[in-house]
Amino acid sequence: MSAVEQEDNSNQNRRITWEGCSVLLDINDGDRLVFSRLTAGSIVKIGNKNYPLRPLIGCPFGSLFQVENGANGPSLARITSTAEDNNAEDKKECDIKEESRDNRALIDNNTAQTLTGEDIEGMRRQGASGNAIVEALIANSATFENKTSFSQEKYRLKKQKKYAPKVLLRRPFARSICDTYFKKYPARIGFLRVDTLSLLLSFANVSAHSDVLVVDMIGGLITGAVAERLGGTGYVCNTYRGDSPYSIEIVRIFNFNDEINKRIVRLSLDELCNNGDMKEDEVMLQSANDSNVDNPSSNVLESLSLEGGSMEASKVYKAAKPGEKAPQDAIRSWKENGFSSLIIAAPDVDAWSIVKEVLPFLSFSAPFVIYHQYLQPLATCMHNLQVEKMAIGLQITEPWLREYQVLPSRTHPHMQMSACGGYILSGTKICNEKSTTTTQ
Amino acid sequence: MLPTDPMKKLSFKRHISDGDLVIVYEKHDNMKAVKVSEKSVLENRFGVFKHSDWIGKPFGCKVSSHKGGFVYLLAPTPELWTLVLSHRTQILYIADISFVVMYLELIPGCVVLESGTGSGSLTTSLARAIAPTGHVYTFDFHEQRAIAAREDFEKTGLSDLVSVGVRDIQGEGFPKDLVGRADAVFLDLPQPWLAIPSAGEMLKEDGVLCSFSPCIEQVQRSSETLASNSFTDIRTFEVLLRTYEVREAKMDQCQTQTQTEEGTPGARPFKRKQRASEASNWQADNSGSPSVMARPSGEAKGHTGYLTFARLKCIA
Repeated sequence: MSAVEQEDNSNQNRRITWEGCSVLLDINDGDRLVFSRLTAGSIVKIGNKNYPLRPLIGCPFGSLFQVENGANGPSLARITSTAEDNNAEDKKECDIKEESRDNRALIDNNTAQTLTGEDIEGMRRQGASGNAIVEALIANSATFENKTSFSQEKYRLKKQKKYAPKVLLRRPFARSICDTYFKKYPARIGFLRVDTLSLLLSFANVSAHSDVLVVDMIGGLITGAVAERLGGTGYVCNTYRGDSPYSIEIVRIFNFNDEINKRIVRLSLDELCNNGDMKEDEVMLQSANDSNVDNPSSNVLESLSLEGGSMEASKVYKAAKPGEKAPQDAIRSWKENGFSSLIIAAPDVDAWSIVKEVLPFLSFSAPFVIYHQYLQPLATCMHNLQVEKMAIGLQITEPWLREYQVLPSRTHPHMQMSACGGYILSGTKICNEKSTTTTQ
Repeated sequence: MLPTDPMKKLSFKRHISDGDLVIVYEKHDNMKAVKVSEKSVLENRFGVFKHSDWIGKPFGCKVSSHKGGFVYLLAPTPELWTLVLSHRTQILYIADISFVVMYLELIPGCVVLESGTGSGSLTTSLARAIAPTGHVYTFDFHEQRAIAAREDFEKTGLSDLVSVGVRDIQGEGFPKDLVGRADAVFLDLPQPWLAIPSAGEMLKEDGVLCSFSPCIEQVQRSSETLASNSFTDIRTFEVLLRTYEVREAKMDQCQTQTQTEEGTPGARPFKRKQRASEASNWQADNSGSPSVMARPSGEAKGHTGYLTFARLKCIA
């Protein structure tokens, strides 16, 4: 590892990909979203062809690629955007023209296109580019000229997606990860929409140097989003009931460096609740267990990275794994000082039963926030918190998010929208008489 | 407000001391920011509160006035600050603020530009997101407003993270020394399209811009300007919040009682209408447990503004 790379690794805001980095591939303008790891051997499948991802290593995030059929088989080549700009110019001219055409003469009898599948395959074999095929299809379409400019554009786009797909290289951020999961696997993240996630982070006042307690039962999305905001300071502590911590697999999609991974820790609720100091031998046992755990875990990481066949063994050995057990001094400090905020996202556990147990571990005046896909558990929880006088500023909110199509003379909201991004209960813990007397 | 100094973070140990900024909470819709000063008092409808009584108490505590009325003293957060700051302009609220911070992909260490500063509601949340190593450069063409904002950031302890400049961004663009340094740019201007070319120069490649506009005509024009200034992924959103009221109540049970159950169920409803004495069976049935119910609050903000996001194309 060169010094330069070491330095790069400490920078959380890297804008250029590197070997082994996690990326989000946006194929055809959001039609397909794929998380990938850039290694010498990794590939992405588009249509029926496999494309190596190697050319993406060392490119800036935000780069656009198109498929090419070179001598060495199909490959992804970076677009330096001149061709695209020309297209955009055409489009604008169409927009300005007053539209007089309509679809009254359109007969849907499947004879408009004179190019056959064989013709197209032939062009491909001769090495025609995707864009050339699209132009040929347009030239051979009997109906294209009579289409409205809007539907001409639609036609072009549809053919371009099929014959000249584009791949956009995106950074895996809380934003893009949440958006992608919400689109592809909403159930895995408890149907948490990105605007809702953003509100959770605000309501919980997540900021550098804070110690955030989370109950993250939605795959680690909350944990990752909090860690991203902590930037290697403070802690995000994932608490759990029982013996095994909840999965935080989504955290691996973020490109966290060691500093940040070290700040992602776990602690069972039993240990948090355990009031008495641990006995000496217990502590010894604990640390012995920890070091035993260490080895297998680094093996796991090693085998994972070997899949990609990239990382050097020495680097793997040093890599910090997210979700290790919280260090003793941190636990001591939390028990003494409390966490600075709390986020709960537990789709299958009653909100009130968690809150009443974990709220005592917050500092006074600490904000907390609970996400749920359903309203009723939060309503009950809010009522109980009010009755018990545990918190003030209690509020249930439901975010609403609508996207717009903005085009000249054709601006309107999207026809489809997500109708439920979930519900949020937020509040601030107070120091009521009872707890004051116990601390004084 | 932000624990930029890890030693000062919110904790059980954190007690109110002379000079602290506290949020005095009366009700969820009635709060006030107060600088604690040993000799001062706070007067409100609950009576007179001596600051000297507050010193040494933990944040989050309840304090009483001479008349026995009480308020809570909370540690300030950007969310609470948004609710108490003095409105010199129309401000952004939590839904828009949160979404902007998330979509601008702000993380610690980022450099973000903002215009105009306005009342500094969003600025406070931008600062929280980029702390402790990033920086917010915010500009307003109104000098008094900029000065007032600077004073506020002093008060909330953000002055190390935020620089306030007096500058007409629509007219002059952002200062040249920021070219290529911004991870994100936020515009809240009447004619954002005038500032977009300059914003494009300030941004790093793949950096994100957001423009907040109340009117769709502004969005239309901004989106066109963005497209012709090397921006891509241009998307416009509207985000709103609906709040819910929760109450517990016992609902009357629509149950037939023992004596009525003897009859034919199908015939009952017709008979009941005619016999007033049996109507009591429909009334309060105390055997049922109260239930907690939620409904959306009667009134809500129906529109704040459109948020248009775009990324600077990456072509180099």
